[in-house]
Amino acid sequence: MGMVKDPARVEAIAENIADAQAVKGRSLWQDAMGRFFHNKAAVGSVFVLAGILLFTLIGPFFAVWSNEEIDWARMANVADVGAPSIENGHFFGLDSLGRDLYSRVIQGTLTSMMVGVVGASVAVVIGTLYGAVSGFVGGWVDNVMMRTVDILIAIPYMFVIILLMVIFERSLFMLFVGIGLFSWLDMSRIVRGQTLSLKQKEFIEAARAAGVGWFVIVVRHIMPNLLGVVVVYATLLVPGMIMAESFISFLGLGVQEPNTSLGALISDGAGTIMYDQIWQLAIPLTFFLSIVISLFFIGDGLRDALDPKDR
Amino acid sequence: MKMTSKTLVGALLATTMMASPLLAAGTHPSTGEALADDQSFTYRLLDEHSSVDPQIVEDTSGADIVRDLFEGLYNQDAAGNLVPGVALSHTTNDAKDVYTFTLRDNAKWSNGDAVTAGDFVYGWRRLIDPTTASPYAWFGELMSIEGAGAILAGDADPSTLGVTAVDDHTLEVKLTASLPYFALMTTHGSTFPTHQATVEAHGDQWTKPENIVSNGAYVLTEHVPSERSVRERNPMYWNNDATILETITSLVINDENVALTRYFAGELDKTEVPSGQYPKLNAEYPDQAHSNPRLCNYYYTFNMSGNGNPAFDDIRVREALSLAVDRNVITDAVLQGGQFPAYTFTPGLTAGFVTPDVPSASMTQAERDAKAMALMAEAGYGADNPLKFDMLYNTSEGHKKIAIAMSQMWKQKLGAEAVLANQEWKTFLETRGNQGFELARGAWCGDYNEASTFLDLLDSGSGYNDGKFNSARVDELLMMAKTSSDTQPLYTEIEQIIANEIPVIPVYHYTRVMMLQEDVKGWPFLNIEQNVYSKDLYVVAE
Amino acid sequence: MLNYVIRRLLIAVPTLLILIIICFYLMQTAPGGPFTSERPLPPQVLANIEAKYGLDQPHYKQLYNYVVGIVTQFDFGPSYQYKDRSVNDIISQGFPVTLTYGFISFVVATIIGVSLGIVAAIRHNTALDYIAVGATFSAQALPNFVMAPILIYVFTLKLGLLPGGGWNGGQWQYLIMPVIALSTSFFASVARITRSSMLEVLNSNFIRTARAKGLSDRTIIWRHAMKPTLMPVVSYLGPAFVGMITGSVVIDMYFSTGGIGRFYVNSALNRDYAVMLGLTILYGGLTVLFNLVTDVLYAWLDPKIRY
Repeated sequence: MGMVKDPARVEAIAENIADAQAVKGRSLWQDAMGRFFHNKAAVGSVFVLAGILLFTLIGPFFAVWSNEEIDWARMANVADVGAPSIENGHFFGLDSLGRDLYSRVIQGTLTSMMVGVVGASVAVVIGTLYGAVSGFVGGWVDNVMMRTVDILIAIPYMFVIILLMVIFERSLFMLFVGIGLFSWLDMSRIVRGQTLSLKQKEFIEAARAAGVGWFVIVVRHIMPNLLGVVVVYATLLVPGMIMAESFISFLGLGVQEPNTSLGALISDGAGTIMYDQIWQLAIPLTFFLSIVISLFFIGDGLRDALDPKDR
Repeated sequence: MKMTSKTLVGALLATTMMASPLLAAGTHPSTGEALADDQSFTYRLLDEHSSVDPQIVEDTSGADIVRDLFEGLYNQDAAGNLVPGVALSHTTNDAKDVYTFTLRDNAKWSNGDAVTAGDFVYGWRRLIDPTTASPYAWFGELMSIEGAGAILAGDADPSTLGVTAVDDHTLEVKLTASLPYFALMTTHGSTFPTHQATVEAHGDQWTKPENIVSNGAYVLTEHVPSERSVRERNPMYWNNDATILETITSLVINDENVALTRYFAGELDKTEVPSGQYPKLNAEYPDQAHSNPRLCNYYYTFNMSGNGNPAFDDIRVREALSLAVDRNVITDAVLQGGQFPAYTFTPGLTAGFVTPDVPSASMTQAERDAKAMALMAEAGYGADNPLKFDMLYNTSEGHKKIAIAMSQMWKQKLGAEAVLANQEWKTFLETRGNQGFELARGAWCGDYNEASTFLDLLDSGSGYNDGKFNSARVDELLMMAKTSSDTQPLYTEIEQIIANEIPVIPVYHYTRVMMLQEDVKGWPFLNIEQNVYSKDLYVVAE
Repeated sequence: MLNYVIRRLLIAVPTLLILIIICFYLMQTAPGGPFTSERPLPPQVLANIEAKYGLDQPHYKQLYNYVVGIVTQFDFGPSYQYKDRSVNDIISQGFPVTLTYGFISFVVATIIGVSLGIVAAIRHNTALDYIAVGATFSAQALPNFVMAPILIYVFTLKLGLLPGGGWNGGQWQYLIMPVIALSTSFFASVARITRSSMLEVLNSNFIRTARAKGLSDRTIIWRHAMKPTLMPVVSYLGPAFVGMITGSVVIDMYFSTGGIGRFYVNSALNRDYAVMLGLTILYGGLTVLFNLVTDVLYAWLDPKIRY
């Protein structure tokens, strides 16, 4: 007689346990990706964005005209003959100077997306780190850091951009630098605000009590919790960068001719709506809105997916 | 007292008859057209003007306002001919270096003071006085007034200027050299008189509506910077009875398309036609769309100072670039405003100027292109060795379109790569003024209706000669033209030198393209300087 | 809290001073000057102009005089571009304009944005959610320099309902289109942030507790969820304000309102130093003030935040 009532059965169960596959653990990221792909709108938007990107990469192979060539024969009455047409090779029609809008939209979209991504990346990286450190450390350090941000925000950025463009010659890179210099300021304020709330929470106290260094707390505990706000704001930033670039072009300081950007195309198109040349506005605007709205849905999906408190 | 109805009617009639010269509703005294009740005129300004001080204003929109508020020695009629202003007439000596103006005795300032020769002396001294810091002080030197140079340099007191009020109604001007066309320059705003007491009492603020005292047909009644400016009839003006328009309002509207929208909405009586839209608008509204020659040119200048693009030292390259520009495409396809293709520097319609024949003007574009390609090949440039250079222009939609068109012409015909560079205005001026360019845009509007106002630009010592073109013969000819009685052969030779040496690529000569409501009459379409006097405008009844 | 506010206001002074110094030196490095023109001035005239405005003095002296002028006489200097106006004139004329339509736009955008955000969060993932946010986002994505001419085209030319521009002392008809154009620039951002913030809050533990206690949805939202929801929104209001200032430039250009936004851009392009500095101080001061207000609001919304 022993403690175990039915040794055979127990043995069978024990064998099963050993044989049974170890339960595969799911990492947080896999969790997040799973949730993301359930969000139909977000997934749809990824496809839209990917489609646009693909279009800009493949589209040039179908282009009949380059982005700078003037169609001399048609330039004089764009309103009448400049509408989109397949036969004459101007799939998107002509711009007001008689150049092919198809190639220009492709090139402009690529430029704008690059500006958006680079500007937003700079903002996210620098702004988040700066804001989180400032908010977490607090005290006079926080004060100094935030007052610096105040000062930098108040500097007339137009002036700085004029200076940059003049001193360093017009180039796309300088445009990135110029935009990047200012894009992180807002992000840092928002992140700091969120950090202030977060640092009062119990799990941070716990980490402190456990003796974790402040920088590690910031990077490993605060920043992942900021992701929600940061991601949402970053996806607002990308179109914001594109618009900032268009405003700079509007002032005459942006991308240099014959290159163009979506912002510049939209700005040009807005001037001709009175003259029945709607396609000059409608087409770049459609691309722009598609990119922007897709980014919204993606940002939203990412926030839902990454929120650690969600279920 | 009992008023019978007859007396009442009679009194009413009498009052009406007495008041009718001042009533807007009525008929135009010379043409007999029926006038509208509402004699007001609203037009668009591209941007806020810098000032309405006659000696300080430097932009054309400001000059238009100054011309209404103040009056100089002479005015211009609708065709641009001189007519009496404050001055009735003038005489000059044989050497044409002393001018004596006889002023009318009924000219008054808006506060009732009489306009005297002393007011002109005050104004002209003020123009040259370095302490006024007038951007047009050089105009005094241009007018060759005795002593202007020394005063500008700070070596002499403004009171040494060669203008004297012989008496209240006689003004004497001494020039350093004989200048036959001196009288033409007195229509320029910087020569208008200013009221000394007001300027001294209020300093820089004297041009505000509550302070300003002026002698023109209108007074400034309202000024909201960057929004609007309003001027109304000046009852003290000596010719007030002939003034018909009561109120003129200028609205600042930066965007030309918005301005056109508001024009069609009835908020404006006059606005500019956006480039490229004139043919359509002219077809739809032939009575409202107008295109008239204007005394301005548009060109691109090579940097000949020695630190420019070395390729441009080769005259064949310069000639090829100039020939390859299809000016008709620019005027007929890009601008579409009736502009004139230019093969010479001075606009053809400048008074007393006859456009000389230059070879490139009489070739067909195909011939020009062929010659251009041949020259480029000779100079050693082609598909394997493309010409590369910078093309500088200031930020503007219009300039951008022309620059793009020109660069594409050069690319397609000559394989040349023009790198487009636009800079905002001040930066552009700095760069061009310091010869920091290879090929830069330029334009010039004449200050008076005579060819020297353009050709002086190419004098090697001129401060506006940013390309630093240097030809001893041109300098010599310009010097001779100042005193000559027959300037045409001299100007012809200068233009031919320009056409041979090609320091500049003339592109086109301006027109003023605008929309004007049909009921506004009296506009000086034929005046090439486009000097508008609101006192000559009137609104007819529908 | 009062101590905090006072401390912040005191710090504002050196903040602004540093701002002035930075801007001043930035301006000196930009090529061209206020008197660079197509018809260049004779050297003696230029020298005289510079002497008249004190531009020939060493930089630190100019700076010193400038600051002293402000502190003792509240005189921000003359405009080099508009010869009969001083900076004080320009600000006193233009600032009320910008403030009026800016403030109204701000209030409109915040109210609409927050309301839409809350509705979208409550009806999360329904058609109402997508439509509400999609529509506002399209309106925001449309740049205001596209919207402005379209508005004028529709309301002034086609419908003849509103004047096409001008300010006319701020009568309501002149306000409508500027407010529409400006508020649509950022109400969608406010809506989005409100929405995502509210979604986070609604998923948090204390809301779950409230629900478990059986509180009604209305009570939950208004009494428990609102404050934490509004916190990121409040943080965003600062940048929104600055964005509005930049946006007002376009509004001034298209609607000819005479506001300071246009002067700001022009002063940079014209190298009108005193106007540029004066407006920078104005904006800087407003930014500092606004940030202070939002920080105080933040502390009110989250009692755990300690300064």
